[in-house]
Amino acid sequence: MTEVEYQSISPSDFFYRNREIAGFSNPSRAIYAAVRELVENSLDACEARRVPPNIYLRITEVAASETGSSIYTLRIEDNGTGVPAEHIPHCFGQVFYGSKYTLKQARGTFGLGGTITILYGQITTHKPVRITSSTGGDIHEYEMMIDIEHNRPLILKHTVLDNKKGWRGTAVELQLEGDYSRSRYRLYEYLKQTAMVNPYADITFVDPRGRLYRFKRATEQMPPLPKPVKPHPHGIDVETFRRLVAITKARSMKAFMMEHFQGVGPTTAEKFLRAAKINPKAKPSSLKPEDIVRLVRAAREFNDFIRPDPSCLSPIGVELLETGIRKELNLREDDFLKVVQRKPATYLGFPFIVEAAIAHGKSIAKQSRGGITIYRFANRIPLLFDESSGVVWKVVNRNINWATYKVSSDTPLVVVVHVCSTKIPYKTVGKEYMADQPEVEREITNALRSAARSLRLYIARSIRLAHEKRRLNIFGKYLPKIAEFSAKLSDREEPPDVRPLLAAVSASLPEVEKKISEVPQIVGQDS
Amino acid sequence: MSDKIVSDAEKQRESVELYLKQLGNIIYEQIENREFPWIMMQSRSTDNIIYDPDLRQYVLGDRMIRRHSRNIRHIRPFTQLVWTAWFARELLRLRKTSTLREVYYSARGQRDIEFKNQAESDNIITDLETALNTPREEFNIFPEERSAIFGDLTIEYTVPGYEGKRMNLTEHPDGVMIGPALTSSKFVETSADKVLVIEKGAMFTRLVEEQAHEQFNAILIHTAGQSPRSTRSIIHRLNRDHGLPVYIFTDGDPWGVHIAMVIISGSANAAHLRGLATPEAKWIGVWATDIIKYKLPTENLTDYDVKRLKELTADPRYKEELWQREIATFLKIGKKAELEAFSRYGLTYIVDEYLPAKLEGL
Ligand SMILES: Nc1ncnc2c1ncn2[C@@H]1O[C@H](COP(=O)(O)OP(=O)(O)OP(=O)(O)O)[C@@H](O)[C@H]1O
Ligand SMILES: [Mg+2]
Repeated sequence: MTEVEYQSISPSDFFYRNREIAGFSNPSRAIYAAVRELVENSLDACEARRVPPNIYLRITEVAASETGSSIYTLRIEDNGTGVPAEHIPHCFGQVFYGSKYTLKQARGTFGLGGTITILYGQITTHKPVRITSSTGGDIHEYEMMIDIEHNRPLILKHTVLDNKKGWRGTAVELQLEGDYSRSRYRLYEYLKQTAMVNPYADITFVDPRGRLYRFKRATEQMPPLPKPVKPHPHGIDVETFRRLVAITKARSMKAFMMEHFQGVGPTTAEKFLRAAKINPKAKPSSLKPEDIVRLVRAAREFNDFIRPDPSCLSPIGVELLETGIRKELNLREDDFLKVVQRKPATYLGFPFIVEAAIAHGKSIAKQSRGGITIYRFANRIPLLFDESSGVVWKVVNRNINWATYKVSSDTPLVVVVHVCSTKIPYKTVGKEYMADQPEVEREITNALRSAARSLRLYIARSIRLAHEKRRLNIFGKYLPKIAEFSAKLSDREEPPDVRPLLAAVSASLPEVEKKISEVPQIVGQDS
Repeated sequence: MSDKIVSDAEKQRESVELYLKQLGNIIYEQIENREFPWIMMQSRSTDNIIYDPDLRQYVLGDRMIRRHSRNIRHIRPFTQLVWTAWFARELLRLRKTSTLREVYYSARGQRDIEFKNQAESDNIITDLETALNTPREEFNIFPEERSAIFGDLTIEYTVPGYEGKRMNLTEHPDGVMIGPALTSSKFVETSADKVLVIEKGAMFTRLVEEQAHEQFNAILIHTAGQSPRSTRSIIHRLNRDHGLPVYIFTDGDPWGVHIAMVIISGSANAAHLRGLATPEAKWIGVWATDIIKYKLPTENLTDYDVKRLKELTADPRYKEELWQREIATFLKIGKKAELEAFSRYGLTYIVDEYLPAKLEGL
C-alpha cells in the first residue's frame, strides 16, 4: 500500500504553484500581467480618492538572464488614496487581503492581483519589493518579502519619512523576470486602450530602451463613484449566504432577508420565504445546510424581486467614452463616432450596463487595413486576448448583418464595447474574455445595432456627398470648356458665363455637407 | 471650266464652315440663356439602323436623341464634340486636312478633353457627322490612306497650291494614293469603261504589271482590306457620275465577301451618310463555286469563318440569290481560297483566263 500524505497548502502556496491562472504563464506574458495588475490598483486607488489619476510607470532592464529573457525593475507610482501604514504589509504581502470586497464595481475584486505580482517577482528574482505610500501624513516605506508557506508578509525594513510636500499616493517597486521585447506590443495596446476608457487619467511610461510614452488626459471629469449595494437574491451563492447567516444580527428569516438583500421589503420577504418553504419567523441560526441550498435555489427561481439596483455600477458614460475614443484614435471632427449607452440590465441577478461605440472615417481608414477592429473592455479594463472566443466577436461577426448598414467587408471600422457589472461573465479565470451570456449578448447586439443605424446614415451621406462633389467637379471642369469652344466656334471674343449653371449644380451641396458633420441621431437609440 | 470646279469646292467649304459656326452659336446662346447646352441628332443605336431596300443601303431611322450637358455621363463627350467642331472649323479656315489619328493626337494636352483612345475620338467625329449631316471628309478629316487607284482617269485638284492642276492616274505605276487631295479632286475625263476593285495590294500590282487596265479598259482600285470611306465615295462617284460599272474581286472567304458587300450596300456604321454605297457594283469573285470550278488550292474554314458566314446569311443585305448560293456553298465545302490561289496556274492566268471568263459570264 502506498502511503498517502495529507497536507494543506496556503493560498500563497497555491498561487505559487498555479501562477498561470493569474496570467503569469511565461516571461512575455508576465510583464504584461504585472503591469496590468499594478496599473489597475493605481486606477482604483485614484478613483476611490476622486482625483484624476497620474500614473508613472517605468521598466528598466537590470541584467540579462541565461534563458533569453531578462530581469527588469518595474516601478509604478500613483496619486491615489495611499495605503494606511498598518495595512501596507498585508495588502502587498498576503493574498485575499484587500479593500474591495464590497458589492460595487471596481477593477480589483479578489485581493490577489498585486500580491501575486509581487510573489512572481520574488520567485523569479529573490529580491524584496519596496512599497512607499502615504495617505497624506508621514510616508511609510517597506521593504518586504512574502512568506509563501504561511501567506504572510516578511518585513525586512520599515522607514518613516517626513512628508513635507504633502504627497499622497503609492509607489511600488519590484524586480521580475520577463521578456520585454515580446510583450512590448501588448503592453502598448494595453496602455492605449486603458487611456481610451479612462480619458481623465494621465499615464506616462518609460520603457527599458528609454522611450517615453505619454497618454495625456483629455478631461478632468470622472465618472460618478459607484455606490456599494447589498447583494441581489438572484445572484447569491451558497457560500456567501452561509457567511451572511453566520454574521447576521437578525432574529428572523424575514428580517434577515430584508436586512441583507437589496430591494426586499416585508411583503416580498414573506412571499419568498413561503415559496422556499421556510418559516419567516425562523431564526437564521437554526437553518440547516440543506435549508441554505434550498433557499439559494429558490431565490434564483423567484420572480417577484425587483430588478437589481444598478447604482453600484460605474459606466464610463457617453461623453467620457467619446472623449477617450476620439483622443486615442486621433479622430477628427468629420470622422464618424457614435457612442451608445444601454439602460441597466441583469443576468443571473447581476446588474450590468453595456456601452458601445462605432468609429469610422478617414482617420480610421489611415490606421487600419480595412475591416472591423474590435476593442473590448470589462469594468474599464481592456481585454486583449482570445478575441475570437469572446461574446463581442460573436456579436460582431455573427449577430450583426453589416451589409444592412452599408458596411462592406473592407470598410474600416472600429467597434468598442464596454461591459460593466458587479460580476463580469468571464469565461476563464484568466479574465481574458467574456462568455456569451444570452442577456449580455443581447444587450451588446442591441447597442451595436443602434450605433450602426447612425453609421448607415453617415455612410449613405458620405456616399451622397462624394457623389455631389464629383458631380460639381465634373461640371466645373467641362462647362467652362464648352463655353470657351462655343465662343471660338461662333467667332465671339468672350465665352458665355457658366456661373449660373454651376450654381444650379451645387445648390444641394451645402445642405449635404452640413448634414455629414453632425452624427445622425435616431429616435429611441439610447434605450 | 477649272475655275468653276474650284469655286464649287470653295462654296462647299464655306457652307460647312457655316454649319459649324451655327452649332457654336446654338450652344453659346443656350449657355447665355442659363440652359445646359444640348443638341439633337439621329440616334445611331442598332435599333435605329434600318436597311432600306430601295436605296440598298443602311439608313438611320427617325428616332432622335438629345446629347445633353446636364447629364453627368454626357458632358464629357459633349465637350469633346464642341472641341472637335472647333477643330474642324480651324482645319477648314486654315485649309488644312487632317486624319482621324491626328484628331486623336491633337486633343492630347487639352486637359479633360483628351480622348482615351482613337475609338473614342472616331466616335465623336461620327457624332459630329450625324449632328450636322455632313461626312467628315467635308470637315477635312480623312482616314489613314492605304488604298490606291490606277488607270486612265484625268483629275483636277482643288487643294490649296494645286488648284486647277491636272493629272492622269496612269502616270504613276504604283497607283495613286487615295488621300484628301484625290478625294476632293474633280474627275475630268476617262476612257475607261469599267472599274475593277481589288482587295489586295499584291494582286493590284500584278494587274498593273500585266497592263490589265488596257486589256480590260478599266480603272483599277485597290482597297487594302475593308475599303475606307473615301475610297467607297470615289467608287460611288465613278459609278454614278461617270456611268462606269464596278466589279469587285476579293478573297474567297467570309471576310472577302463582306468587303465586297460594304462597297455595294454600305455599312451600318455609316448609316447616317449617303453617297458611299454603290448598289450597282458586282462581286465577281472569288466565289465558292469558283473554288470548285477552278480546283483552287484551299484552306479549311475555321470555326470563326463558319460563324461569320452564318451571320451573313441572316443579314438583310445578303438576301439575293447569288449571295445565298455562295454562302451555302462555302459552308458545304468547308473551304476558302485566297486571290493568290490562282498562281497555281501561272502568274498571268488570272488576267489571261479567269477575269475575262468572269466578265464574259456576267
Ligand atoms: N496603488 C494602491 N493604492 C492604494 N491601495 C492599494 C494599491 N494597490 C493595492 N492596494 C490595496 O491593496 C489591496 C490588495 O490589492 P490586490 O491587487 O492584491 O487586490 P485587489 O485589487 O483588491 O483585487 P484583485 O485581485 O482583483 O487585483 C487592494 O484591495 C487595495 O486596498
Ligand atoms: Mg488589484
